[in-house]
Amino acid sequence: MAHLPVAAASDSPGAAEMTATIWTEPEGPEAATEFTDPTAGSPVIELADVRKMYRSGAVEFEALRGVSLRIEQGEYVAIMGPSGSGKSTLMHILGCLDVSTDGSYALGGDDVRELDEVELADVRNRQIGFVFQQFNLLPSLSAWRNVELPMTYGRVPREQRKRRALAALERVGLTDKVNNKPGELSGGQQQRVAVARALVTEPAMILADEPTGNLDSTATEDVLGLFTELHRQGRTIVLITHEIDVAEKAHRIVRIRDGVIVSDTVTERARRHEAGPTVIA
Amino acid sequence: MTWLETFRTGLRAVRAHALRSTLTVLGILIGIAAVILTVGLGLGSQQLVGERIASLGSNLLIVSPGSSTSTGGVRGGFGSSSTLTVADAIALASRTNAPDIGGVAPEKSSSQSLVSGSTNWTAGVVGTTPSWLSVRSRTLSAGTFITDADQNSMATTIVLGSAVATQLFGTGDAVGQSVTINSIPFTVAGVLTSAGSNTTSNLDDTAIVPLSTAANKLIGGNDRNSVSTIYLQAASADQLSAAYQEAQSLLLNLHNIKTETAADFTVSSQESLLSTATSVSQTLTVLLTGIAALSLLVGGIGVMNIMLVSVTERTREIGLRKALGAPPAAIRRQFLVEATVLGFSGGLMGAVLGIVGAKVLPSLLSTTIVVSPTAVVGSVVIAVAIGVIFGVYPASRAARLAPIDALRSE
Repeated sequence: MAHLPVAAASDSPGAAEMTATIWTEPEGPEAATEFTDPTAGSPVIELADVRKMYRSGAVEFEALRGVSLRIEQGEYVAIMGPSGSGKSTLMHILGCLDVSTDGSYALGGDDVRELDEVELADVRNRQIGFVFQQFNLLPSLSAWRNVELPMTYGRVPREQRKRRALAALERVGLTDKVNNKPGELSGGQQQRVAVARALVTEPAMILADEPTGNLDSTATEDVLGLFTELHRQGRTIVLITHEIDVAEKAHRIVRIRDGVIVSDTVTERARRHEAGPTVIA
Repeated sequence: MTWLETFRTGLRAVRAHALRSTLTVLGILIGIAAVILTVGLGLGSQQLVGERIASLGSNLLIVSPGSSTSTGGVRGGFGSSSTLTVADAIALASRTNAPDIGGVAPEKSSSQSLVSGSTNWTAGVVGTTPSWLSVRSRTLSAGTFITDADQNSMATTIVLGSAVATQLFGTGDAVGQSVTINSIPFTVAGVLTSAGSNTTSNLDDTAIVPLSTAANKLIGGNDRNSVSTIYLQAASADQLSAAYQEAQSLLLNLHNIKTETAADFTVSSQESLLSTATSVSQTLTVLLTGIAALSLLVGGIGVMNIMLVSVTERTREIGLRKALGAPPAAIRRQFLVEATVLGFSGGLMGAVLGIVGAKVLPSLLSTTIVVSPTAVVGSVVIAVAIGVIFGVYPASRAARLAPIDALRSE
């Protein structure tokens, strides 16, 4: 079975449950391929000596000065750093929103640096699920329409979209809010919609950029609980934050400062989780 | 994303800013309605002129004094002493000289005051020959027309146009009544049938007297033999150009003129009159349509302006869509479709307004407006094209936005 390597790699108690939830869904073949693509042992993300230079006028600024990072399938990684440390730049490069000046980046085995704009858009669509600090939901669309959005740009057949959007909203516990517009939802609920939108294409990785930055403590707990749950189901999650409380929910913390990685540690939580061995690169 | 979905998204975006979209669409709407109305007005006046000229008679040639210039206009002659005479008319009527000319009706006309009892009415009094009736394709509703005998005896017989008869005698019978012109009493021999409600009333606002009577008793002047116009009727439609040639050469001969360019008269057909009249109204139509087109251009710039505002305002949305995997082409298409929706709805509403205007305005302004289907379809197509053309720049600007910059914007 194609899903077996996934389960093995994620090595978490929720793996079986994940297989159940995901593979019983009669989804399009491309959805299935996306998730089975990363073969056992091959990393989701592999950055090697990535540099990013910004130039404004005569001033040059190197936001990333040689970052090498490897993230395996099923990991829950927090990238931490103060503002100006380069973590946003790193997030943009990880999310294929920007390309590095130097170094290599392989996402799911593909060298992203060689892709053109259209191919990058396709990679973002299929491989990455974004969760932003500002939620970035379209205010004129209902919750399920927002969740449907990435599928309209992918090659998901029309008749599948609504069902998949509703399933994703169910997974984040918003079954009763599918027809509400973002303005009618609380911040926590909006972020849940955003998470559902990130999930719906079955991406290789969920990339969350300060997902709790605009939330109160209850909603923060709520959304982080959702990430923990998704991780248990075998999702690869990369969370960018500057708050240690948030970062500690992850199983691995990568600290970045002045454009270089200063530490890469397994969290207490991960050790307690006894999922340690395969998580560390 | 399919075209249909893109269209729906566009429609939703247009509806989301209802007021702004309405104002933008208004620019296009006014332009399109103006184009349809001006083109309709031009066509209407052409049709009116055509009807008027057709109402002169069929297979008609009109000989008027004065020479024609190479550009088709007429120089001099009118109002000054006429170069056409009764002798010209007699020569043209000759079967041997001009076999293709079926009928000749010289006219000598002036505006006169017609008095009946205490009623006074001013109308164009035309002195002519009995053939006038057939040449001008007119009929009588009552009585008889002037006769050759009247002509020979300078009889004070008069045939009234229907409007004149109504003015002087109301609904009563005019035949046999007396009408005084210049203190000369005339006896009404007949009344002309109305030339129709579609044509102008002055065809009915006329009175016919024998040419000899008009020349000697009413109008007079220095040259009693001169006539103001000679109407010729070709024997058949096929003989029209032959009749034209015969009239031209015969009159040149009679007037002792060697070259056509020196002619002191002009032979014109209904077609040439029509084309002269049409060219005038066409110039006007082109001018007005030009102004309407300018307003369309302004409307188009409005669309572009609003699309640029929309792109700026929705930078975050564009960034998000790109982050979620929208390729540049999809973004470009989305904004292009939005602009097209604006243009199309403006065009459609403008067409409706134009058609309604074409139905309502004629009764208010006593003009004829002909709604041309070509103009309607054409202007809707133009409106869509305006949406596309003026949407290209904003759309490609949106498509070119870098996703991170777009996401970062506030």
